[in-house]
Amino acid sequence: MLAIGLSHYLTVAAILFTLGVFGIFLNRKNVIIIMMSIELMLLAVNLNMVAFSSYLNDLVGQVFTMFILTVAAAEAAIGLAIVVVFFRNRGTIAVEEISQLKG
Amino acid sequence: MQFVAAVFLPLLGSIVAGLFGRFIGDRAAQIITCTFLGIAAACSALIFKDVAIDHHAVTIPLLTWIKSGTIDVSWSLRFDTLTAVMMIVVTWVSFMVHVYSVGYMSHDHSIPRFMSYLSLFTFAMLMLVTADNLLQMFFGWEGVGVASYLLIGFWFEKPSACAAAIKAFVVNRVGDFGFALGIFGVYFMFDTISFDAIFAGAPAKANDVVTFFGVQWHAITICCLLLFVGAMGKSAQLGLHTCLPDAMEGPTPVSALIHAATMVTAGVFMVSRMSPLFEYSDTALTVVTLVGAATAFFAATVGCVQNDIKRVIAYSTCSQLGYMFFAIGVSAYQAAVFHLMTHAFFKALLFLGAGSVIHAMSDEQDIRRMGGIWKHVKLTWALMWIGSLALAGVPFFAGYYSKDTILEAAFASHSFAGQLAYWMGIAAAFMTAFYSWRLLILTFHGKPRADEHVMAHVHESPAVMVLPLMVLSVGALFSGWLGYDMFVGHDREHFWSGAIKVLESHPALEHAHHLDQWVGLLPTIVGVAGITLAYILYMFVPSIPGALARTFSGLYQFLLNKWYFDELYHAVFVKPALALGRGFWKGGDGALIDGVGPDGVASATNVIAKKVAKLQSGYLYHYAFAMLIGVAALVTWYMFNAR
Repeated sequence: MLAIGLSHYLTVAAILFTLGVFGIFLNRKNVIIIMMSIELMLLAVNLNMVAFSSYLNDLVGQVFTMFILTVAAAEAAIGLAIVVVFFRNRGTIAVEEISQLKG
Repeated sequence: MQFVAAVFLPLLGSIVAGLFGRFIGDRAAQIITCTFLGIAAACSALIFKDVAIDHHAVTIPLLTWIKSGTIDVSWSLRFDTLTAVMMIVVTWVSFMVHVYSVGYMSHDHSIPRFMSYLSLFTFAMLMLVTADNLLQMFFGWEGVGVASYLLIGFWFEKPSACAAAIKAFVVNRVGDFGFALGIFGVYFMFDTISFDAIFAGAPAKANDVVTFFGVQWHAITICCLLLFVGAMGKSAQLGLHTCLPDAMEGPTPVSALIHAATMVTAGVFMVSRMSPLFEYSDTALTVVTLVGAATAFFAATVGCVQNDIKRVIAYSTCSQLGYMFFAIGVSAYQAAVFHLMTHAFFKALLFLGAGSVIHAMSDEQDIRRMGGIWKHVKLTWALMWIGSLALAGVPFFAGYYSKDTILEAAFASHSFAGQLAYWMGIAAAFMTAFYSWRLLILTFHGKPRADEHVMAHVHESPAVMVLPLMVLSVGALFSGWLGYDMFVGHDREHFWSGAIKVLESHPALEHAHHLDQWVGLLPTIVGVAGITLAYILYMFVPSIPGALARTFSGLYQFLLNKWYFDELYHAVFVKPALALGRGFWKGGDGALIDGVGPDGVASATNVIAKKVAKLQSGYLYHYAFAMLIGVAALVTWYMFNAR
């Protein structure tokens, strides 16, 4: 029977994180997908934290994870609000079109 | 009391007229400056009696100026015979010019400014002649330079006047640079710049040498030559004379006061003052002789063909200054100062007379458009005759005594330079008489060449202009006759009482009194010959001059263009200076300093910023990618370096 250890959790988290990163880079369509990718990366990091917390028998990590999730929810709400406002102004949220910072 | 008053009253007058002129009005400014100058002139007459006749030379200390290390410079007024003579000349001519200006400048709209400048000039000149040390003299020296600049450029709305003022200032700077170096040299040698100390120390240092650029030079010669460069600049000697004719752009009283009677003789005064130093350098004296003789000759040749009445007299001044310098060169300082004095009177007379003519001719200055006016301006005409007779050295007029003495002394010096100076002086004396009468005849005699409109207006000048002329004519008539014995005759030792030092080995002036008859007679003969020639050419057969000018057009153009000195200087100094300036401006300042400095930094920032801005694609994922790469790099670095 395979024992699920720390390294498995870390591997999953790393895979999730990488997926998030590639989600940001490879996505050319939609800002919401970028936000989802960021959320994915955040969750991967949270997973790491929980894994280490369990591994080290230290609850502080799990408590912090709760805080981070709360903040992440708020942040996601703000991000979506920004996207809504942006859509109202520009009529699109396609990533290709959002390049006003171009120098 | 009278010593201080004579020097500082003109300053007071200048301040009052200059700063408060617009409150007190034109008339008050004229009265104040003229009164103060009159008092100063009276005081200087007293001083002359005290100092020169009764031999009470005094030095009046006023203030300490600079005291630092071994430099100890004070403001003090030194009165010896030389100073007293200069005081008489400066204050009296200046007084006459002040009074004359009341009439001459009556139509001008800034009279107080003019009177203020005149008084300021007089003060600076008095400071110069009463100086007790070289630095104070330099103060007066620069002061007259500034006043001259202000007065030449008095009509500043005329571009030519501004240009002439700047030219005079710049050319004077060349001389002043030499003078300043001379002062440094004297301080280097003697460790002091006070006259008494220098003169006392000179004999001991007669054979000192300085090593400069690996060559040994005779120290006193170096100092004297540098000082002489200063004198050349002020006294318009050949090479630095170019500013003098242009200075005629100023009002005529200015030309009379500054560029004939006083300022331009400052060089002669300075070298005479430094006679205890110059006496120890035969080389320097020879240079002075040669430069003086060359100037006397050169300026006389140019004076023969000029057509502007003031320019003719200006070149005549230049030529007479040359006489004074070659007198100095043969150690006849007394004769030089004597000629300085007589020349001041008759040349101021001539200039003011010319001003009166210009005034009468409705501001016409070209003698080719004058003529035949003597009946209308009899007084001016007579006075101009007196001035010209004195200038040409006709017997018993002032110039006869002084010029003859100078020429005799030059002949008696028995040196090659002295002989050369004598013959060049004779040639110049011939030309002097010639151009003086050319001027007189063309201006006053013959047929009127001005148009009827001008001729109808020809009138004698008001009394306020003619009276100063009369006073000056008294000087032109009698100063030579009265002064001869005192200045250069058998009373001279007594009269100068040590103000001028001549070594035993330079007895030119003594020998001048024991020459063959013909040496003393020749100047008079050539003078009369010159006058006769002028009469023939311009009075009796007026067609000759034009024919001569056509036949020898090369020579005529050469003289008319003043030996092409201005063109030469333009090519040698002005153009390279302009090119150099342009080079520094475009290349040095524009390309190098601005290019690398402010402009360079700005444009580099611009270029780099443009390149960096290209990195800003505006796509969110690029920023995120950069951030992640950064995080990855940091983590990697941390992992490999942490332990």
